[in-house]
Amino acid sequence: MTARTLFRNARLLDPAGGLDARGDLLVEDGRIAALGKIGPIGAAETIDCVGACLAPGLVDMRVELREPGAEHQESMPTGGLAAVAGGVTTMVALPNTDPVIDDVALVEFVARRSRDVGLARIRTYAAATKGMKGRELTEMGLLAGAGALAFTDAGQAIADAQVMRRALSYARTFDLLVIQHPEEPSLASGGAMNEGEVATRLGLPGIPPVAELIMVERDLRLAELTGGRLHIAHVSTEAAIAAIRAAKARRLPVTCDTAPHYFALNETAVGDYRSFAKVSPPLRSEWDRRAVITGLKDGTIDAIASDHAPHDQESKRLPFASAASGIIGLETLLPLTLELYHNGHLGLSEALAALTCQPADILRLPAGRLAVGAAADLVIFDLERPWRIDADALRSKSKNSPYDGRPVQGRVLRTVVAGRSVFVQQD
Amino acid sequence: MGTGTSSLSFPHRHLLGIEGLSPDEITLLLDRSESYVEQNRQVDKKQSLLRGRTIINLFFESSTRTRTSFELAGKRLGGDVINMSVQASSIKKGETLIDTAMTLTAMHPDVLVVRHPESGAVQLLSEKVEGAVINAGDGSHEHPTQALLDALTVRRRKGRLQGLVVAICGDILHSRVARSNIALLNTMGARVRVVAPRTLLPAEIERLGVEVFHDMAKGLKDVDIIMMLRLQTERFHGSFVPSIREYFHFFGLDYAKLAAAKPDALIMHPGPMNRGVEIDTDVADDIDRSLIRQQVEMGVAVRMACLEVLTQTLSNTPPVK
Repeated sequence: MTARTLFRNARLLDPAGGLDARGDLLVEDGRIAALGKIGPIGAAETIDCVGACLAPGLVDMRVELREPGAEHQESMPTGGLAAVAGGVTTMVALPNTDPVIDDVALVEFVARRSRDVGLARIRTYAAATKGMKGRELTEMGLLAGAGALAFTDAGQAIADAQVMRRALSYARTFDLLVIQHPEEPSLASGGAMNEGEVATRLGLPGIPPVAELIMVERDLRLAELTGGRLHIAHVSTEAAIAAIRAAKARRLPVTCDTAPHYFALNETAVGDYRSFAKVSPPLRSEWDRRAVITGLKDGTIDAIASDHAPHDQESKRLPFASAASGIIGLETLLPLTLELYHNGHLGLSEALAALTCQPADILRLPAGRLAVGAAADLVIFDLERPWRIDADALRSKSKNSPYDGRPVQGRVLRTVVAGRSVFVQQD
Repeated sequence: MGTGTSSLSFPHRHLLGIEGLSPDEITLLLDRSESYVEQNRQVDKKQSLLRGRTIINLFFESSTRTRTSFELAGKRLGGDVINMSVQASSIKKGETLIDTAMTLTAMHPDVLVVRHPESGAVQLLSEKVEGAVINAGDGSHEHPTQALLDALTVRRRKGRLQGLVVAICGDILHSRVARSNIALLNTMGARVRVVAPRTLLPAEIERLGVEVFHDMAKGLKDVDIIMMLRLQTERFHGSFVPSIREYFHFFGLDYAKLAAAKPDALIMHPGPMNRGVEIDTDVADDIDRSLIRQQVEMGVAVRMACLEVLTQTLSNTPPVK
């Protein structure tokens, strides 16, 4: 018996195909069976979207789920709830768990947990070096065979240039992607926030923006030398974006992403030592924030990822320099990105592309598209609806959000994974 | 039968590498080797061709099979063979190497068989001594007698070298065997492929006249000969491959990967083998496919031929002083 669901009366948005039209979408057995003007269909559950946007479910290419090892901060079930409440249908976990995901058995563990939890699809990266220690390469070939999507040492840069060269070169043997945290550790060491006037006034040790540029420039050279595919995570500075723009103009196989906090906040958010505004790389200057938006506009930045990094209160209620870096972001990813649309920086399709088909393409995932035959991973959202972020109401087990009280526009109404509604907005 | 009396024309004083040898010179060495194969199978394996000649095996790097092979070759030709092992770590480089050469030269050896962990060291030494020098392996540069014995083994089995497709697989980066074999096989008209993860290939290896592959199934497709190389972990500075398990899974030769080659493809390995690392035990021991034992046998014959032709070219007048 075929399970059919008809989503009627939606604003169909498919950024990959440039579709933005009123219409319906039919799901059969978890896959998209038809879209466009579809007449009444018998024996189908019908959901009236009342004109709301229906887009591919978001693909969040950078989240920390804390499982295994720190389930008191987040787990796959709680992270999964936060994801679907945010319209995310596929998320990719970083390997900085305890133990580090650098072994085939751990990649298989994530796949099994994802199936058991059954909310958003959870995929994983594997560490690029054993134990993320930056010395010996992991079994990239076998790990990729087990399902690892790419190789990264998460929030730690692969510092040694020879190791990075070999990682890119070895990965290229199997046509695999290496993701780098772009920060020269010797320059960032001991730093707590962006170097500059604000840090000076607060008396906090700074991380110079050039720490990002130096690592990006080095890695672009190594990518050119090896021909390996490089993805630069969460770029935050004007200079690094310019370097990537130039590299793309030279047709290097390089991509990059940023996170909402790098275009929604700047270093002044640190304000009075607010550790919820401590992230890595640090929030930058207003000039850098604007450059991130420019990079998104001109296509230099390919994707927006939440950089979801749950921390419990004990990790954040510390003197600023001692506090952990990172903020939760799964549920705020869509509304913060839609700010770029509402403020006139990006078209709706461009904004959604950075959350759907573009990250999917970087990772070669069959996701992020409204296409007949594709998995019915969908988000239905009210583009205009205003709401106020309430950190305590977020589903993540940790509540470390710097956006508490921020008014935003754009509310997820329903999230669908493989044709099944895994989240329906109650308010 | 090798009598060593035929007129030879080998215009080189030393055998430092395959690079620079002509097809005729290689053929000459292989033809001479051929006769010694028969001699080595006789009860009486000894000749007096090198009577009165002194051969010094000077090894700056540990070796069992190559040193033994040269020692047997020298003794079967009637020469006096002395083995000298010098641990490279215990001596200083450069000056001491030349000092060693000068000391040995004072003893008037006719042939020095030299192995050294540094590329180019054997050539440097050859410039300072009176006798002939045979390179028994210098760093990651050349190992000419290995390439010659490989060629002899293949030629005896396949009848030719011309037109054969040969895949050299594994740690090309650190391998002197690979460089000598690439030079020899190209000179003799074979087609050479290299198959390895990118981290184990030196830059611009394709400029040496090889086709480059990173996938065993593609690299071994329709080849006649598969030369497996040892993973030279003692030369690794850092991490070139993540693990033995992963290396064997993707680049170790087993029957599944062998299936891509021609049905009569033959397997070679310069030894010592790491079973379960670059080669599966069953494949290594397959008497129908593996030439590994024959390679060792041919080694002695080839080294006899090299000693023969080099001593023939040596002047019979003793050096002045």
